[in-house]
This record gives sequence, structure tokens and C-alpha cells, in this order.
Amino acid sequence: MAKNTPDLRSSRGSGAIHAPVAGGVESALSHDREADGRVVLDDLAIRRSLVRIAHEIVERTDDLPSLYLVGIPNGGVPLARRLAANLRDVAELEVVVGMLDTTLYRDDLTAGARPRLRRTEMPSAVDDRIVILVDDVASTGRTIRAAMDALMDFGRPRAVQVVALVDRGHRELPIKIDYVGKNIPTRHDDRVLFRSLEGDAEGPFEVVILNENGGPGA
Amino acid sequence: MMGRDLLGIEDLDRADIEMILDTAEHMQEVGLRDVKKVPTLRGRTIVNLFFEPSTRTRISFEIAGKRLSADVVNFTPSASSLKKAESILDTAKTLDAMDPDAVVVRHAVAGVPKRIADELHAPVINAGDGAHEHPTQALLDLLTVYEEKGRIDGLTVAIIGDIAHSRVARSNIYAFLKMGAEVRVAAPPTMIPANVETLGVKAFGSLREALDGADVVMALRIQRERLADAYFPSDREYSATFGIDRAKLRFAKDDAIVMHPGPVNRGVELSHDLADHRPSVILDQVRNGVALRMAVLYLLAARHPGSKGGGWT
Repeated sequence: MAKNTPDLRSSRGSGAIHAPVAGGVESALSHDREADGRVVLDDLAIRRSLVRIAHEIVERTDDLPSLYLVGIPNGGVPLARRLAANLRDVAELEVVVGMLDTTLYRDDLTAGARPRLRRTEMPSAVDDRIVILVDDVASTGRTIRAAMDALMDFGRPRAVQVVALVDRGHRELPIKIDYVGKNIPTRHDDRVLFRSLEGDAEGPFEVVILNENGGPGA
Repeated sequence: MMGRDLLGIEDLDRADIEMILDTAEHMQEVGLRDVKKVPTLRGRTIVNLFFEPSTRTRISFEIAGKRLSADVVNFTPSASSLKKAESILDTAKTLDAMDPDAVVVRHAVAGVPKRIADELHAPVINAGDGAHEHPTQALLDLLTVYEEKGRIDGLTVAIIGDIAHSRVARSNIYAFLKMGAEVRVAAPPTMIPANVETLGVKAFGSLREALDGADVVMALRIQRERLADAYFPSDREYSATFGIDRAKLRFAKDDAIVMHPGPVNRGVELSHDLADHRPSVILDQVRNGVALRMAVLYLLAARHPGSKGGGWT
């Protein structure tokens, strides 16, 4: 596949987190047992990162009631929910949580692949809100670009920021991640997966690196 | 397995159908937005090639294409160009030279979309060919039933009307059987093909028996313009024996829904009251038609011309 049409599966981990089954019922996030990579974040580390990010959001946001968390399926959705729970604990905030599928906004659809669509649910208007997009693994920036385009079709947010549990680098677009769980240097051909250990959408989760050319990645 | 084109439900397997329905369910959400448009097919051209007049289906495909940001061109060849078989293929070749990304074909003769697909690089979507198939209608009917009932498997579907001359019936028979429903057909004897039960359906000469315990009652349009009154004595007699009204609907399950591909001959296939009110879901069928056709265009259009013969991932 050409370099300018990246296979988002390798950076976003949908190889392990299954697409919704037919009929539109979100299937449980499931552990791809064939792909046992090197664990770079376990569930405890993920929890700690999300608590820290919640504190950072509270510290850096002047208008907390206008916050709106938007998870990018599949991995970003449970992360956005956990982040919302943390914001409730940290600042007694009830934050709106949405989910936004970016597939119809991707820039690599002409290549012939027809990825499965995921669910979009935007429970309230985004106008004048501070929208925080939540993704599991940030890499090229193309998913974030697609998510911003999708978001703009829903209205005019006051600001858009990004949370990524993992930033693995290899950016191809001028996109900045505002809140990072962990920066993880990777080789270009590594796969970084955010996945559920027991197939449960509530976790526990882990982040692993694997390299298809054999063994654990960088 | 689904290939490059969508010519009929007969060619699909259950996994293909589930994939299309799953995609269509997500497309429905786009139709609920303020901005009902996504950039997915930007820069792609879809040609609606309708040799037979149609307003509803053509508009449904047109809106579906436009919601995906495709450029949609409507091409209705004049009647005179239909006289020679080769002129259809000439039209197809001319079209192909303009490099469209999908061609939606309707024709009064069965098999024409297939002939055109053989000539074109672009994927072809059958929007109805003679009495053969109308696959997107059957798929939107499945979507509507799924929405109402939450499943297809195990349901009993009664299709009432001119089975012999209906592409909607044929496509729906394939579609519901493949998805695990029991399918019954009922009509006056002249409207039931002799070998219909070889498709796997049960044929009934009595409406009451066909409706007994049905979850879905699908009335077909009596094609008065095509039949020239040859197959049944009068509208009134048809209406009395096979027309659906609330009294006859009592034979079906209490929560049965009523479907019709439209446009309804009011007072013939359906009573006036049923044509407009629950449990008929006719306008839901129309609404779902746009989402379903968006799904089909998403899955088939914008495939690279070089990918002829491939499937999707």
C-alpha cells in the first residue's frame, strides 16, 4: 500500500477490536489471541494515565461546563467513557460523551478497500463547546484530520482538542495531540494495538506493540 | 459472494447481505444530521441510466449519491434508441468512455443490466430489470423489517400479489429466504408461476391461509399498465379477495407490519386507511431506501477501475 494511503488498521488497532457485527449491535472489544505482542501499557498504567489526563484537562480548561468528550471508535469510545468518569471524580463534572466514526471522511477510500462503518452518536450539539476528541493510538494524524472534518459537519465548536492514550509518532499531517497518555517510539512497520483483555467493552485493557516481521517491536 | 456489481440478490450470500444492512444502518445516521452530506465519494461520478421511466427509485439513488458527495448524472435514453439491442451496448460503451465510477441501470427487459455490466469497467447496480430482480428494493425491505422486528431469522413473510411478473417479489423471496425467514406467496392462480415452490416458498390460493401467523405482510403493486387487465377480472374483485384491509389483517399476527414497494393503488392492494397508517411502514421503506442505496454506493462505487472482479474487504 502506498505511503500516502496508510492502512489505518495498523495504527488504530481495529485488527484486534472487532467492528460491529451485522445488525448494528456493537460487538464486545475482543482480545486477538493470535497477536500476542509486547505490553507497553497495562490496565493500571492506562487508568493512571487517564486520571492524570483528567487532572490536566481540569487545570487547562477555563470553561469546564462546556466540555464535550468525543470518542473515535472503536478504542476511543471506552477511553472517553473512563475519562468522563474521572472528570466526575476529580471535578464533580457531568461531561457529555459522544462517539464519532471517521470512516466516511477517510482520505484513502479510493484505494478500493471498503472498511466497515462504526457507530456515530452525538447526543448534543457541538456549537460553542470545547470538544475533546479521544483516540486510542495517534500516529499519522489522518484519523484526527478526518475526525475534525466530521465534527465540523455537526456544528461550530469553540475549540477542538485531542487526547491520545498513546502517541506513536510518524505524523504525516501538522496535527498536535494536546493530552498524551504515553509517547511510545515505534518503527514504521510496528503495529500498536489498544485492546480489551477479556473481550469486555469495560476493560481491562492493554496496549501492545507487535511487529509482523517477527517478534515484539522496537 | 458479492463481486463488482449488484445485479441480483440471487448472487449474494448471507454475509454479503448482513454487510450491506450493517453499512446501511450507519448511513441512516447521516440522514438525521443537519448537514446530510459526507465527503466519501467526492470527485466520483454516478450515472443513473434509466431506460424505463421511474421517479422514486431514480430520486432515491440520486439523493443517496449526493449525500455521499458524488456527482450524479441522470441519463434517460430516448425510446427510439431502445429498438435495437446493439444500441443499448453502444450507449454502454459511450458511457464507459466517460469513465463513471458506478452506473445504476433500470430496464424493462430482464438481463440488460448484466449485458451492460459485461461492457463496462464501472460497477453496475441493477435498479430493476423486467420481471427479474430489483435488489435494492429487497435490501431496503430487509432493513425495514430488521428495524421493526429486530431480526429476520424465523419470521414468517407473506408476499401477496402478482408474483409471476414482479421483480420485487423475486428479489424479496431470495432475500428473506437467505436471511432465514419463511416466505409464503399468495395470489390469484394466473399470478403465481407454476414452479414457484422450487424457490423454497409456500404458495397459497387463499389470502387467509397465507396470512395465518405472518409477521410481515408485503403487498405488491398491481402493474395495471403492464397487465392490461388480462390476469384478473377487475380491481374490485382483486381487492375483495387479495386486497389487504384491517379486517383481513386480523389473520396475521397481532403485531404484523404491512409493506408495499409503492406507489400504492389505493383501495386495490391496500385499503386507503392501511396505505397511510400503521401498521403499514411504507414511508419507512422509502426513508430506508436512501440509506440502503448509500450503503450500496459506498461499497461498490469508488472502486478503482482496475479492480474489476474483486470483492470488498
